Amino acid sequence: MITEPAPGLVTAATGPNSTVLSVRGLTVDYLTDGAPVRACDDVSFTLRRGEILGVAGESGSGKSTLITALTRLQRPPAVTTEGSIEFHSRDGSVDLVSLSASELRALRWTSLAIVLQSAMDALNPVMRIGAQFVDVLRSHDKGLGRKDAWARASELLGMVGISADRVRSYPHELSGGMRQRASIALALACGPELVVMDEPTTAVDVVMQRQILAQVLRLRRELGFSVVFVTHDLSLLLELADRIAIMYAGRIVEIDTAHSLYANPRHPYTRGLRDSFPPLRSPLRRLSGIPGSPPDLRNPPAGCAFHPRCPDRFEGCDQERPLLVDGVACRLHQSGENRA
Amino acid sequence: MSQPVLEAREVSKHFPVRIGAGRTAVVRAVEDATLALQPGRIVALVGESGSGKTTLARLLARFYPPTSGEIRLRGKAVRGKERDYHRDVQLIFQDPFGSLNPLHRVRYNLERALRLHHGVRARAELNRRVLELLDRVSLSPADQFVDKFPHELSGGQRQRVVIARALAVEPKVLLGDEPISMLDVSIRLEMLNLLDRLRTEDGLALLYITHDIASARYLCDDIVVMYAGRMVEGGPKDDVIASPLHPYTKLLIDSSPDPDRIGGDRDALFDSTAEDLGEPPSLIDPPSGCRFHPRCPFAMDVCKTAVPPRTELPNGQWTHCWLQQEETR
Repeated sequence: MITEPAPGLVTAATGPNSTVLSVRGLTVDYLTDGAPVRACDDVSFTLRRGEILGVAGESGSGKSTLITALTRLQRPPAVTTEGSIEFHSRDGSVDLVSLSASELRALRWTSLAIVLQSAMDALNPVMRIGAQFVDVLRSHDKGLGRKDAWARASELLGMVGISADRVRSYPHELSGGMRQRASIALALACGPELVVMDEPTTAVDVVMQRQILAQVLRLRRELGFSVVFVTHDLSLLLELADRIAIMYAGRIVEIDTAHSLYANPRHPYTRGLRDSFPPLRSPLRRLSGIPGSPPDLRNPPAGCAFHPRCPDRFEGCDQERPLLVDGVACRLHQSGENRA
Repeated sequence: MSQPVLEAREVSKHFPVRIGAGRTAVVRAVEDATLALQPGRIVALVGESGSGKTTLARLLARFYPPTSGEIRLRGKAVRGKERDYHRDVQLIFQDPFGSLNPLHRVRYNLERALRLHHGVRARAELNRRVLELLDRVSLSPADQFVDKFPHELSGGQRQRVVIARALAVEPKVLLGDEPISMLDVSIRLEMLNLLDRLRTEDGLALLYITHDIASARYLCDDIVVMYAGRMVEGGPKDDVIASPLHPYTKLLIDSSPDPDRIGGDRDALFDSTAEDLGEPPSLIDPPSGCRFHPRCPFAMDVCKTAVPPRTELPNGQWTHCWLQQEETR
């Protein structure tokens, strides 16, 4: 897989091309009364410092499960049954899967932060915005004085374009777009190296979405954090991400640079998904989407999970499950010896 | 161009709301909206949440009467029985989960429309027409779907049943309020293609309401853009998208994802649309004059005081913007 980090983003302290996150064989099961449901199946990828990795998929593709597993925010019945998540932070490398709760707490916010889809509703409604920043800042930096923390809170809000006098507002006094930006600023409060974003702009309108994302890009340029950005909106990811992983039925079916994925998708599902977004300006042609619907993970199809909907399936696709080789998990692109 | 089958003429809708103990206010949800739907043509109504597009659809569906202005069906102001009206005008909602009775099978949901609107009683006739409807919305084999409960269907299948039920009435006008936004991305296009086919086969007049301007372009003939309860621009879709007249339309188009733009400098691309213009206004106390003026980079003094009149171009494009008034004068 050929990927180049965006120029100018790599600082000397972290080294060029260094990997910040390395996920290997991550498997998450939902333990139900019946057979376990495998929502994330053998997911592997790496993330470079300063990179934006997009994760796209439909509902039920396992992208939210992946996010909660990455950040160790999952709740039973979801259980990580296999795999490792190596996180190479400034202070050394750890496997997030095996960390204890207190070790995790030390990493949260200072190294690893998350922005959720409904983050604007995650703010405490009875606390002033600034107080919520102060809370976070002071619990991660015990030496920080109250006054300095409030000043820092205004500064952080300023970074996302919210004026300093709003620091004493309550969440309900801010509009939805402002709350969402405040929660992004809150995630960045302690200078994390990795920010995981789960549909952070799905709940706001396109105009505000654009403004928020422009701010995220600018902050990333200044602060140099890496982003895992999850959404169902592939057309947005194509513009935003350096690389994109496409998920289907719990697996990554293709991972490539945004440009290659758009210009030359290799997996038939990726192609179908790309062609499900009508163009805004280029000439219109009849598009057909993807026939059928995503599979029921309680009873997944044998072989490649996409084969019942695949226009290019051939003999064996319903029996043999293709592995992710050279960025694509499709038997069309694999020679005999690569087939598992 | 043929006669419009359904028209809204300068309709406004104001909702009284309580804003605390004993105090009330008026939400000006739609103001002076004029819209005409023609047989075999699709008009897309585009706008952000709170722009009044759903309120306008509900006015057209006679959910509630307009505060002022009138709705005209086949050139006549509507009055009289709602059932007669709904034989011609049907509304499809965003949420296919909420719009089918979960306690009844697909068959019942469709038969009810046939019985109520066409008085079909004979069992064999009902059965034949239900299967025919399911076939029309590509739920085939129809006999496999007819005895299912809504929860046994996927979101896309459910939305097809909703469309089939609307078709059972044999309407002339179909109002689709974000009919695809709750569906999975990969099946949205099939739904758009289905709506397009119904327009061609039945000569339905279709209003397609959406916040997604790219899907509007794919399906419709004409686009109408709403902002904060007012229509700001409209016209043939390609003219509106290629050369928007109103600054808000331009902002909306520039903010929409367009993968064809990738390959250049990403940061510059996002920065070009990053100017912080604030957010849409409250409709309880909307800005005077043009409702977009507080966010408009080109706002002039007149924009703050007077509502801009309509400017029409020879290509059928129109807008309410003082900038265009200046230019056409």
